[in-house]
Amino acid sequence: MPLEAKNLYFKFQKQESWILEDCNIRIEQGERVVILAPSGYGKTTLALLLAGYLKPDKGQILLEEKQLPKEGIYPVQLIFQHPEKAINPRWKLKKVLEEVGEIPEGLLTALGIEKPWLDRFPGELSGGELQRFCVARALMAEPGYLICDEISTMLDTITQAQIWQVILEEAEKRKLGLLIITHNRHLAEKVGSRIVELE
Amino acid sequence: MRRQNYRTRAVILSVLLLVILMAIYLSGIFITEDMILGSFLEAKLPPDFQHFFGTDALGRDLFLRTLKGLSVSITIGLAASFISGIIAVLVGIGVACGSKKTEEAITWVIDLFMGIPHIVLIMLISFALGRGFWGVLIGISFTHWCGLARVIRAEVLQLKSEPYVAISKKLGKSGSWIMVHHMLPHLTGQILVGLILMFPHAVLHEASLSFLGFGLSPEQPAIGIILAESMRYLSTGMWWMAVLPGLLLVILVLLIDKLGHLLRIIWDPYSSQG
Repeated sequence: MPLEAKNLYFKFQKQESWILEDCNIRIEQGERVVILAPSGYGKTTLALLLAGYLKPDKGQILLEEKQLPKEGIYPVQLIFQHPEKAINPRWKLKKVLEEVGEIPEGLLTALGIEKPWLDRFPGELSGGELQRFCVARALMAEPGYLICDEISTMLDTITQAQIWQVILEEAEKRKLGLLIITHNRHLAEKVGSRIVELE
Repeated sequence: MRRQNYRTRAVILSVLLLVILMAIYLSGIFITEDMILGSFLEAKLPPDFQHFFGTDALGRDLFLRTLKGLSVSITIGLAASFISGIIAVLVGIGVACGSKKTEEAITWVIDLFMGIPHIVLIMLISFALGRGFWGVLIGISFTHWCGLARVIRAEVLQLKSEPYVAISKKLGKSGSWIMVHHMLPHLTGQILVGLILMFPHAVLHEASLSFLGFGLSPEQPAIGIILAESMRYLSTGMWWMAVLPGLLLVILVLLIDKLGHLLRIIWDPYSSQG
């Protein structure tokens, strides 16, 4: 059951030229696709379109040949580049995870999330620590596809390695389709099963 | 003693202010009409230990009258800012979540309300409703919601563009769930502070309305009435009739204003240190 984008066209404002013009992509189940491209190529826009945060002007996005649902948990989850914006600053982190459902202990341990963090506010944790929560939240939603939009760009290498290991393990276990967006060629070669390079 | 942090101090200070405000309010309630009833033998006395604020032209104790008047002012202020607050919240959220057309229409109404000087509008409404307690109350309630409604609208629009709200939607949460869990906690602070900062406005408008003769009736012990009466005797050197009640009104308003700013500090998650 592939995730497909067919002939996507998108622009933010009427007068602008197309950001995405006749864009096609197909991700198979269990596949790890990496998009490697310089800034301004519309990588993030594509991620937002696939995860349903934006509507394409033309073209369609299909999962198993069907339109994606308008309500309910979206089967394509996106992890954002800036975790501090993706978490409500007034919520304790326990509530952030409980928004999705029951907290899975095993996943938290794998991600290196410590128990006391759950009772803290987002402002009291670092970016890397918050990003682990975002990863946990996205995985807890049990999506069929996971899009990682530069999720480890601002993290130190140890945190990066730890987070990627968990994502790859879970992807393997659940037959997740991954779309990974990055600038980092070494990372791309390490985690991707297929690399799409735009120039 | 260890120096408390900013937030703790704000909490202590605001409790103190609340106690003072409650004291003024309650003392006003327990002052009965016959306690204010004066005798002409004691008319126009300057302040002394028996009459802290002196007496007025009819021999009534001005301190008691002022307290009673302030307590009436507080009642009107509270009720008016509460009603205004409700209108503001409903309008603000409605505008932010409604269609483009309703947004334009309501923004126009807000501009209209804000374009007319407050006091003129309050006078008109109060006069149309036959003055008195209800005239003033409704007049003030229906004119003070615009500012807060705008703030809430802007706040909701901003919240709607936050990634965590969009994410919540993609995690399958409904619009009303997001409103209650994500947005309202952000808005409560704004609403509360907005309400409290509206309160001194309402009190001052009540006083000026009564002063001008469009508000409470002359036999009521309103602060505006006291000030209006004192004008006649000011030129003969009876300063206490205007200065002391006026001063107490200003102090009351400043206290409430301070309380509003303290609550903002307490509520704002970014001001816990400092």
